[in-house]
Amino acid sequence: MANPHITVMGLTMAYGDFVIQHDLNFTICRGDVFIIMGGSGCGKSTLLKHLIGLQSPAKGEVFYDTQNFWQTDASERVSIMRRIGVLYQSGALFSSLTLSENIALPLAEFTKLSRVEIQDIVSYKLALVGLAGFEDYYPSEISGGMQKRAGLARAIALDPEILFFDEPSAGLDPVSARLLDDLIINLRDTLGTTIVVVTHELASIFAIGNNSVFLDADTKTMLATGSPKKLLAESSNPKIIQFLTRGEGRAV
Amino acid sequence: MKPIETTSPQASVGAVKLIPTDDLAVSILQFSGDWVKKATIGGSASEVIAELAFKQKPHRLLLQSGDLTAWDSRLPTCLIKIGDECQRLGIDVDVAGLPEGVQGLLKLARAVPERTGARRSEQGKPMLTEVGKAVLAAWKDVQGLVYFIGEAILAGWALLRGKARFRPVDMLLCIQDAGPSALPIITLISLLVGLILAFVGAVQLSMFGAQIYIADLVGLGTVREMGALMTAVIMSGRTGAAYAAQLGTMNVNSEIDALKTMGISPMEFLVLPRLSALVLMMPLLALYSDLMGIIGGALVTVSAFDVSFLQYYNETRRAVHLSDFSVGLGKSVVFAILVAVAGCMRGMQCGRSASAVGDAATAAMVNSIVYIVVADSVITLICSRFGV
Repeated sequence: MANPHITVMGLTMAYGDFVIQHDLNFTICRGDVFIIMGGSGCGKSTLLKHLIGLQSPAKGEVFYDTQNFWQTDASERVSIMRRIGVLYQSGALFSSLTLSENIALPLAEFTKLSRVEIQDIVSYKLALVGLAGFEDYYPSEISGGMQKRAGLARAIALDPEILFFDEPSAGLDPVSARLLDDLIINLRDTLGTTIVVVTHELASIFAIGNNSVFLDADTKTMLATGSPKKLLAESSNPKIIQFLTRGEGRAV
Repeated sequence: MKPIETTSPQASVGAVKLIPTDDLAVSILQFSGDWVKKATIGGSASEVIAELAFKQKPHRLLLQSGDLTAWDSRLPTCLIKIGDECQRLGIDVDVAGLPEGVQGLLKLARAVPERTGARRSEQGKPMLTEVGKAVLAAWKDVQGLVYFIGEAILAGWALLRGKARFRPVDMLLCIQDAGPSALPIITLISLLVGLILAFVGAVQLSMFGAQIYIADLVGLGTVREMGALMTAVIMSGRTGAAYAAQLGTMNVNSEIDALKTMGISPMEFLVLPRLSALVLMMPLLALYSDLMGIIGGALVTVSAFDVSFLQYYNETRRAVHLSDFSVGLGKSVVFAILVAVAGCMRGMQCGRSASAVGDAATAAMVNSIVYIVVADSVITLICSRFGV
């Protein structure tokens, strides 16, 4: 399992002169469920943007396997991006397309499958996320939780090696959030997908995460990396303990 | 004594009163009556503060509730104001005499101190700073435009090589939207513009008995100028602003991010169909607008100025040449590019809020009209130089 998939080295993120986080170093291994955690406004989503190619780093490198993500040429980067799937916080479905057109879009653009085959894959992906039969609905016609699941169906359309989730459980009821967690674990176990999740839901963090990085807004850098359970048990940093126990301190 | 507004039949009244005690160093501030939003309050925080600061100057202030019957946010607001002022004056404040709920809320309001530097102050920037900022912003705008045009050209090149990724059905929808759907409004405006041109010329020309030359005026005016110009202005409001709003909303909803991470260029997928639809449709609309303008001019001339329809038709044919049509059509292609670029660029650069989408639509409309008029003058100048 200790096979590095994404390696971040000395990453500094900034908007102009305003530094968000500096000197981040961590490794995401194949098959990890990696959690990016930290308080509000510490730069979790910005880190995600650097990993999925939406924002270039001020300093430092991101490696996919051995490829330097931000130093290779644009076409090489696009081909790396095709190997990843992203579920955005709001789902980010194309509102002018139906669910089936949304999911069919990457399949039609990047594969040579026939229309019928694509339709079969679309139905299968929708069934995987529990939305069988909703092919012809527009995103505005279904609920927020369903939009999120449809977004996941689109993210896994091309069977990506790595899946990124931006706050997957935000705005979901506890049961739906739990179902989504189960789905994430299932994807990892059955397909061997590497999963990266931005979240601050403690329940999810402990239920699914086996590796993590903790970002801090005050010192503007990472405080720790490793399994969340191990961090809770062994960390000596009061900020991490406070975060992982909802400010209640470690039970002795 | 509940923190809920009680509805009493008579008008509710509240009061705050400063009571001196035997001990000069201690004063009591008593709150009584209804301290709710609809009540009339006798005495205000600032009055109390003034009295404290200039008359009594105690070391200690006891806050008490006398016969306080009801209260809402109005009471804590007043208390916080008095508390802040007392802190500045060095007066100790004792809140023990207030209802427990009020004490709790005061504690909560003070629990997280204001973060230093969090409050934004707008004033106090020298004018030079403002001017510099405006110039830098304008420069950034120009850079953005050049960058966008470069990307659009690359996307166009990809289209020509047959490598652009977009859905043909999107292109057809854009064509439908930028072409046939615009016909009614183009018909109306162009007819009326032809009519106006005819009337303006007729007043002068009929003084010399030269009404027949209204046909020349209207024909040349619409074909060379007004057809393309009016179409472009209508399309910038109808389609350019719509492009900005569509792409802006997609940006707000992270749809453009989603496209990028899928490895699909938004330039090819979103901008290219819109740009090419407009470039294909606008010359056709301009041609249609020319026809409508000439018909409008004919309506006026034939009905009111004693010129037969056949005469008008022949005079128009004599006056307007193919080269005039090509000038008009050439202009409309240029205008189409400008309208589409302004609309799509503003949409792609849109910020992530509802008001930003509105701003993008406005900016798209304003920019495209400016571009259109500037481009029109430049083209007209060049044409007159070369005698086209």
